[in-house]
Amino acid sequence: MTSLGDAPIVLTEGTHPFLERFDPKFLAAASANAREMRFETDEYVFREGERAQRFFLILEGKVGLEIEAADRPRLTVQTIGPGEVMGWAWLVHPYHWPVAARALKPTRAIALDTFVLHRYFKLHPDVGYRFVLRLMPVIAKRLDDTRVQLADIHA
Amino acid sequence: MREFAAELATGTGDPGPYAPFPHRVISRTKETADTTTLVLAPIGGGKGARFSPGQFNMLYAFGVGEAAISMSGDPSEEGTLVHTVRAVGNVSTALSRLKPGDVVGVRGPYGKGWPVDQMRGKDVVVMAGGLGLAPLRPVIYELYSHREDYGRVEIIYGSRSPTELLYYDEIQSWRTRTDTRFQVTVDSADRNWYGDVGVVTQRVPDARFDPARTIALMCGPEIMMKLSAQALEARGIAPSDIWLSMERNMKCAIAQCGHCQFGPYFICRDGPVLPYARIRRFLAVREV
Repeated sequence: MTSLGDAPIVLTEGTHPFLERFDPKFLAAASANAREMRFETDEYVFREGERAQRFFLILEGKVGLEIEAADRPRLTVQTIGPGEVMGWAWLVHPYHWPVAARALKPTRAIALDTFVLHRYFKLHPDVGYRFVLRLMPVIAKRLDDTRVQLADIHA
Repeated sequence: MREFAAELATGTGDPGPYAPFPHRVISRTKETADTTTLVLAPIGGGKGARFSPGQFNMLYAFGVGEAAISMSGDPSEEGTLVHTVRAVGNVSTALSRLKPGDVVGVRGPYGKGWPVDQMRGKDVVVMAGGLGLAPLRPVIYELYSHREDYGRVEIIYGSRSPTELLYYDEIQSWRTRTDTRFQVTVDSADRNWYGDVGVVTQRVPDARFDPARTIALMCGPEIMMKLSAQALEARGIAPSDIWLSMERNMKCAIAQCGHCQFGPYFICRDGPVLPYARIRRFLAVREV
């Protein structure tokens, strides 16, 4: 089972590539309610439609993003691995996960409390801006990859 | 005329470049719903023609027609030819339906293959999309059988789905080797797939190679090769060290008919394997 809240963590620049060069004050603030979580194979990290309240930094393992598909079982449409981040639905109204995330092997991730992030970014919009600038290339890359997938390049 | 008639009657004389040599199907493996691997042996025995990885044969389904099909077997094995065929048209469908004991015409091998001599001593990246793994399989055999001759080897294979993976059992065995990284990714999968999902280009950023001394080989749909070549170039591999296996509608296979012309090249004679540096500007043209 998910070990929710089992391991509080103090974030540093070295914790995950996404956090490199962030202000230590922000990292200290983001450490509040941050947790290291472990997921067993086939365990869901989150499910479609649930409220998006965490931002995940993957440390080890592999997570598959799943969607519902017409007339067939659920489809895994993307996998995310160590060094990557997962989940930006907490930045987009209505703040619900549009996909489900399932661990495809034993996975370790850091979950940041997005309520803490929202609150910090309201007080320090410059940090919020840098955070979004850091996240945008990830989103753009996933969009690009999806376009390439649609081009049927593995025919 | 009389001499020609005599040659026909006796079977002597030069049969000419278009004459197929009869081969018998000795085994048939269904790889996926539409793709079949045939093992052929020359009728009357013999070692059969040797080939270089990346070359192709013209296979003749009697009464239907001829198609260019890449070699997909081990180049060090004598006496048999291995071809993997996807049923997409009349000829390939007829070839796919051949059963053990059936006879098929073979002429070849044709074309220029992978730059095996240039690869020795270097890191090698192999990228395959879908059926593109078939023309690369001979060079993978070469890499594995002379592993000490090469540096790091990265193989990245993408398929639409797990059910469309070619050579499934063989890939499982290859993936257990610790001297080579063999990554497999699919466009989408059901819950029973625990491997990677995504496109082959996504696997390039963390592939392990020294770009200054790497040769990259790729085969798949042109869009896959174009995007993969761009991703490898972004990692620092020179366009002259990236090699693509091109596919065109081949008819004569001996650079006479022009059906396979691609810019200034005849794919049957100058390819099918060509360096990206020579063809990249033609890949950008909508109709070549």
